[in-house]
Amino acid sequence: MTDTTRGDVRLSGISKTYGSFTAVHPLDLTVPQGSFFALLGASGCGKTTTLRMIAGLEDPSSGTVHLGDQDVTSLPPYKRPVNTVFQSYALFPHLDIFENIAFGLRRRGVKSVKKQVGEMLDLVQLGDHARKKPHQLSGGQQQRVAVARALINHPKVLLLDEPLGALDLKLRRQMQLELKRIQTEVGITFVHVTHDQEEAMTMADQVAVMNAGRVEQLGSPADLYENPHSTFVANFLGTSNLITTEVAAMDGDRLVVKAGDAKLSLPTARTSADTRTGGKVLLGIRPEKIALTHADEAGTIPEGRNRITGKIAQSSFIGVSTQYVIDSPVCDAFEVYAQNVERDGRLTPGAEVVLHWNPEHSFGLDAAQSLLAGTAEAAGTEDEVTA
Amino acid sequence: MTTVADAPPTALVEPPAKPRKKRGRFTPYWLLLPGLLWLVVFFALPMLYQASTSVQTGSLEKGYEVTWHFQTYLDALGEYWPQFLRSVLYAGIATVLCLLLGYPLAYLIAFKAGRWRNLVLILVIAPFFTSFLIRTLAWKTILADGGWVVGSLDALHILDVTSWIGLTEGDRVLATPLAVVCGLTYNFLPFMILPLYTSLERIDGRLHEAAGDLYARPFTTFRRVTFPLSLPGVVSGTLLTFIPASGDYVNAQLLGSTSEKMVGNVIQSQFLTVLDYPTAAALSFILMAAILIMVTLYIRRAGTEDLV
Repeated sequence: MTDTTRGDVRLSGISKTYGSFTAVHPLDLTVPQGSFFALLGASGCGKTTTLRMIAGLEDPSSGTVHLGDQDVTSLPPYKRPVNTVFQSYALFPHLDIFENIAFGLRRRGVKSVKKQVGEMLDLVQLGDHARKKPHQLSGGQQQRVAVARALINHPKVLLLDEPLGALDLKLRRQMQLELKRIQTEVGITFVHVTHDQEEAMTMADQVAVMNAGRVEQLGSPADLYENPHSTFVANFLGTSNLITTEVAAMDGDRLVVKAGDAKLSLPTARTSADTRTGGKVLLGIRPEKIALTHADEAGTIPEGRNRITGKIAQSSFIGVSTQYVIDSPVCDAFEVYAQNVERDGRLTPGAEVVLHWNPEHSFGLDAAQSLLAGTAEAAGTEDEVTA
Repeated sequence: MTTVADAPPTALVEPPAKPRKKRGRFTPYWLLLPGLLWLVVFFALPMLYQASTSVQTGSLEKGYEVTWHFQTYLDALGEYWPQFLRSVLYAGIATVLCLLLGYPLAYLIAFKAGRWRNLVLILVIAPFFTSFLIRTLAWKTILADGGWVVGSLDALHILDVTSWIGLTEGDRVLATPLAVVCGLTYNFLPFMILPLYTSLERIDGRLHEAAGDLYARPFTTFRRVTFPLSLPGVVSGTLLTFIPASGDYVNAQLLGSTSEKMVGNVIQSQFLTVLDYPTAAALSFILMAAILIMVTLYIRRAGTEDLV
């Protein structure tokens, strides 16, 4: 580890409070050098505040910020080797594109401004627009100028504050790939703040999911998706079916649980909860991991799979897959996404079905949490409370 | 009333699109009419009247008639050029002082005042609740000989400096150029602060953060970002100060002596005391032309069309 800490961003015990409101609880985070790191969370979760503390635009109430070996906590923004791509781009309206990009170089008294800006304009494919003013460019072009203006300074870390928020969906997809390409090309550490879980998953090497001023879980996108440690992460990243169960027994590396009269099992390694017999565990399973079989053919389901019976309440065909909502005694809105490979014509609303899946795909969570944390409904009620 | 009662049936018979379109086409002109009439009656006609007065000859007893006597302009300029120069000079100094005093205050209101912002803005406008004349007369008391202001300035040897420049004479402030410039600065300061505040307030705070993020120190941020973006306010503020200040006569009248007379005082006395209407009218036109030329050059030079 010691040889790779040269350019790491290290936050130690960093927090931010405004009066009695705590925006960020004391937080430890290390962003490895050269990685594409995403801070993911709903609005107001403290992710932007964290980013601004790295940039020096916000003074932390406690803790330190290290860039490599350098403690930058008390340095003003203009002395930090860090640059930011702002949410609204914050391009200088009175300067043309060339001068916007050259701004940082000129402040540091760098020579060969013309050459470097030219190269940067080529990198973001805006060579023809050098003498235009920002308002003459489209949203996507302005966004690229903002990236170029920050990148040209070769910062140790590039901070991106929801840089794609103002773009339409198609352009956003395109810019996600573009940013990823630029990051791979220049090898600078990117810290990207977003509320869009898909954006975080497609772009980042590592994602920190934030909720109410705390990091809920940190890991690679696949790890977070497959192995969430809290209901917030399970629901915020994609969709999860959560079943309240009771621990029946331990069977080697398997935990056997009961939900109603169904016996289910899950790997203990994927359980972040108390596993004593009689304890409550939330069993989670992703909708696309579940297979649906009509109740008449229940006998064809291989042994050793978790199975639950239910009745189709809704089905919606969306091309690639069909999304079913299933009423089941153990969970009243079970979501199942079935690939449209061989469709069974009997799987229509009202049909009795068996849901079954590989036990390895289940994960276990502490049952003391809200089942709705991180869902749209939960966000809605929180908003009402704060309003 | 009967027409109103008759209207609905015809409206039902006729296709509705046609009259609506017609009405729409003339609406802008109807809306323009009151303002246009006002301008014609109270601006265009008096201007024409003054223009004709300026080329008339005659006397009060015999009456005046238009003789296209343009010599009046040359005579007026030849006789009163010191007052013209003085007007431009005093108004110029007052404008610069207003900018130097007003900019920090406008900056403070726009960026630092927080919840006090509205209160400070009201304080800026508050002097307007009292008459211009009363406030200028108050300055007469403030700058009175032997008053504590003059006393302190004298004790601090500031009067030595100003009298060396030629702004004051001896240990007096009243009846010197300094008093007139002070009065002008005081009276026109709000006209500088308000446009400056408006354009500063419109600057997105994130631009300051962006500049700081791009290695600009606070002063560099001001020089490279804040000030250039506030230029429209600087231009309109200086115009709103300089133009009325150069035509002002109240400050020179109340705070100055005969050697601080500005062109406004000359015009006033020519019209109301000497009753030489052609000269007064010619002086007015010369002043107007001079201001127009200066302002045009200034705006060209400031190049504000390009900003925002």
